Amino acid sequence: MIVVKEYEAMLEAYGKAGGNLNALKIRDAGNLVIHKNKVLSANEAAGIKVETEETETGVNIYFLVEEGVKIKHPVHLCFGVLPQEGLQEITLKVEAQAGSEVNVIAHCIFPNAVAVIHKMNADINIGDNAKFSYHETHYHGEFGGVKVIPKAKIRVGKKGVWQSTFVLIEGCVGMLDYDFEIFGEEKSNSELMVKVSGKKEDDISIVEKIHLDGAEARGLAKSRLVLNDNAKAVVRGETYGNAPFARGHVDCLEIVNGEGVIARAIPMVYVNDKQAKVTHEAAIGSIDKKQMQTLMARGLNEEEAVDVIVRGILK
Amino acid sequence: MLEMRNLKLTLNGKPVIDGLNLEVKEGKIHGLLGVNGTGKTTLASLIMGISYPDEGNIIFEGQDITQCTISQRAKMGITLAWQEPARFEGLSIKEYLNLNRDLSLSEIENYLWMVGLPPTEYLNRAIDVSLSGGERKRVELASVMAIKPKVVILDEPDSGIDVVSLPHIMNGITEMSKQGSAVLLITHSEEAVSVADEVSVMCAGKVINTGLPEEMCQWFKSNCQTCNHIGTLEV
Ligand SMILES: Nc1ncnc2c1ncn2[C@@H]1O[C@H](COP(=O)(O)OP(=O)(O)OP(=O)(O)O)[C@@H](O)[C@H]1O
Ligand SMILES: [Mg+2]
Repeated sequence: MIVVKEYEAMLEAYGKAGGNLNALKIRDAGNLVIHKNKVLSANEAAGIKVETEETETGVNIYFLVEEGVKIKHPVHLCFGVLPQEGLQEITLKVEAQAGSEVNVIAHCIFPNAVAVIHKMNADINIGDNAKFSYHETHYHGEFGGVKVIPKAKIRVGKKGVWQSTFVLIEGCVGMLDYDFEIFGEEKSNSELMVKVSGKKEDDISIVEKIHLDGAEARGLAKSRLVLNDNAKAVVRGETYGNAPFARGHVDCLEIVNGEGVIARAIPMVYVNDKQAKVTHEAAIGSIDKKQMQTLMARGLNEEEAVDVIVRGILK
Repeated sequence: MLEMRNLKLTLNGKPVIDGLNLEVKEGKIHGLLGVNGTGKTTLASLIMGISYPDEGNIIFEGQDITQCTISQRAKMGITLAWQEPARFEGLSIKEYLNLNRDLSLSEIENYLWMVGLPPTEYLNRAIDVSLSGGERKRVELASVMAIKPKVVILDEPDSGIDVVSLPHIMNGITEMSKQGSAVLLITHSEEAVSVADEVSVMCAGKVINTGLPEEMCQWFKSNCQTCNHIGTLEV
């Protein structure tokens, strides 16, 4: 009974947070709904195996995409903690077998958080020629009482493709400690994207590491942060060109939009093969003056202009 | 309708605008010629309120707007298409044309057609660095058309535009004036300036002559070639 209630509450929060409720009802679409350490719903789709194990503080998940299977519907994941306090530790093991293709959409919901910890430790293996995209969107209340600690190690096999986005722009997080590390094999293509809006006293750390270990491997580590109020952020983008014709790029933009903001960017590019090439660009500063003037010359006031620019950057 | 009276602006010790007088009349296209660095873009930014003059006045519809902000001027019906327009990440052409207004899709498409950009291809493109220079300029022109301003400053709308598309652009400009917008058309091209009702020549931060397009083109070529741009040619 309690589980049913929790499930309904999660669905409600999920819907409010912009999650697609209908997607959770599609019979042949995979989904997984987890509240704290309880699995409220788990649906396997053809070609996907999902095993879960509840622990005292979270859930261990094993997620398998079978060889050569191209999953038609996106797989929806929903993680959350609804009460003001709680701990959720997710251990995620992903095996995308050779030639498989899947799109995973995750929502992480903490609408009432005052003291919540959400940790994710992911160990992800993308097989040769497999394609995996992972989009995680966070919804937080305005209090900023969450510690979000997502860590992932991702191995991308030959000609494999990894694309992930991590979006935290709704509400106020508290603390974010994001750390994704990619190991790309021959001709693999990996993209990490982070979009964060920092507010109030937020403390944000982003680490994006890409090891281009195979010949012709490609990698892009991109981050877009808009920092308001007294938010602090540090972004480390590291790319290692370790093989011939490896190509990597680090692209970091942090907009300083508050009196108490402290923004740092530490791009690191490392090349130990003379045919590899890694580039980086990092820009930190207030909103571009010319962009502001342009929008104001179209009749927007200052606040509206900032809003248009910031929404674009975080889109 | 828009009048600049004895404008002066010194930047880093250099008098960039140096006693400039100019009048743009209602519904007319006023061309502005002048060699590189003569202060045309600086004048545009003074008119838009991006910078303020050290001396002189800007009068719009009888009202002194010299101290008004960009937004205030925009709300009065003044706008500007930049020589080098800004780029925006994550903002689509469709959104850019519809900033602060409520145009229907077909209206937006129409403005894109007017600058020769097929809507199906461009509507949802971002106006970021992926647009070519000429494409970005055309979007800028479409965006000011969409505003139906009382006065628009077009800072070299024709530069970087290929010869095939140029007639589109020029048509668009004439169309704007037909619909009631006064245009200050800054350009280096004889072809572009030929659509103007009146043309002024600028040299060393001031207007040194005003007349009909053909006349002024000739005059500009014969006088400004030998001039050392110290503003001594005033007639
Ligand atoms: N901030 C500044 N400090 C010093 N000089 C400046 C500054 N801004 C512009 N200038 C100078 O003022 C002069 C006028 O510049 P402006 O951009 O208005 O010329 P323009 O007539 O538009 O030239 P173009 O035809 O090349 O577009 C130039 O000599 C330029 O170098
Ligand atoms: Mg100029």
